[in-house]
Amino acid sequence: MRVLYFALLRERVGIPEETVTPPADVRTVADLVAWLRGRSAQHEAALADAALVRVAVNQDYARPDQAVAPGDEIAFFPPVTGG
Amino acid sequence: MTVRVQREDFDTAAELERLTAGNTQIGAVVTFTGLVRDFADTPGAQRMTLEHYPGMTQRQLEALVAEALQRWPLDGCLVIHRFGELAPGDRIVLVITTSAHRQAAYDASAFLVDWLKTKAPFWKLEENGGERRWVEAKASDDEAAARWRR
Repeated sequence: MRVLYFALLRERVGIPEETVTPPADVRTVADLVAWLRGRSAQHEAALADAALVRVAVNQDYARPDQAVAPGDEIAFFPPVTGG
Repeated sequence: MTVRVQREDFDTAAELERLTAGNTQIGAVVTFTGLVRDFADTPGAQRMTLEHYPGMTQRQLEALVAEALQRWPLDGCLVIHRFGELAPGDRIVLVITTSAHRQAAYDASAFLVDWLKTKAPFWKLEENGGERRWVEAKASDDEAAARWRR
């Protein structure tokens, strides 16, 4: 699955995107966040504070219990500040 | 119904003309233009960069316009949002709504602006020489959007 990071989260992780293959027991957004946080100290710094992380699955906002699957595009970003 | 996400500036008068030309059912046009104002969070900042999530931005703005069309009897609706480098005074967002009567055009305009501020994936980065700062989301924007929730 393709994982994208934007704005402050991109800077904290250090990369704009990565392709990952999580284990089969990673079934939801919450599972994926927990798994990604274990990948590096940078991932942990970017994703630790849930209040500062928004998630989109295939370009629609997603809740923690939403399912994720191989082939999905998952994006992590801070609360938005456009307009 | 048009949504455009673009780096370039826009011409409000030309967009308004295009949206209303030849349609004499329209009795009201509401135009909202958002400008980059002085950077409150980073005093002295000269530059702002607006980052976005290309595919999702277009998709979310189109969903907001579709929602506005469901809620109000609009004849036309246009949203243009810029990204990239901007300076104080620059135009950043344009929302035009047209309807037979003013209330629908006013309400749909306020709805679109309130919701795009909390849903469209844009992020502002303010820069002042070596200092850079991501603008934080405001609780007041969440409250403004919440009044349209059903």
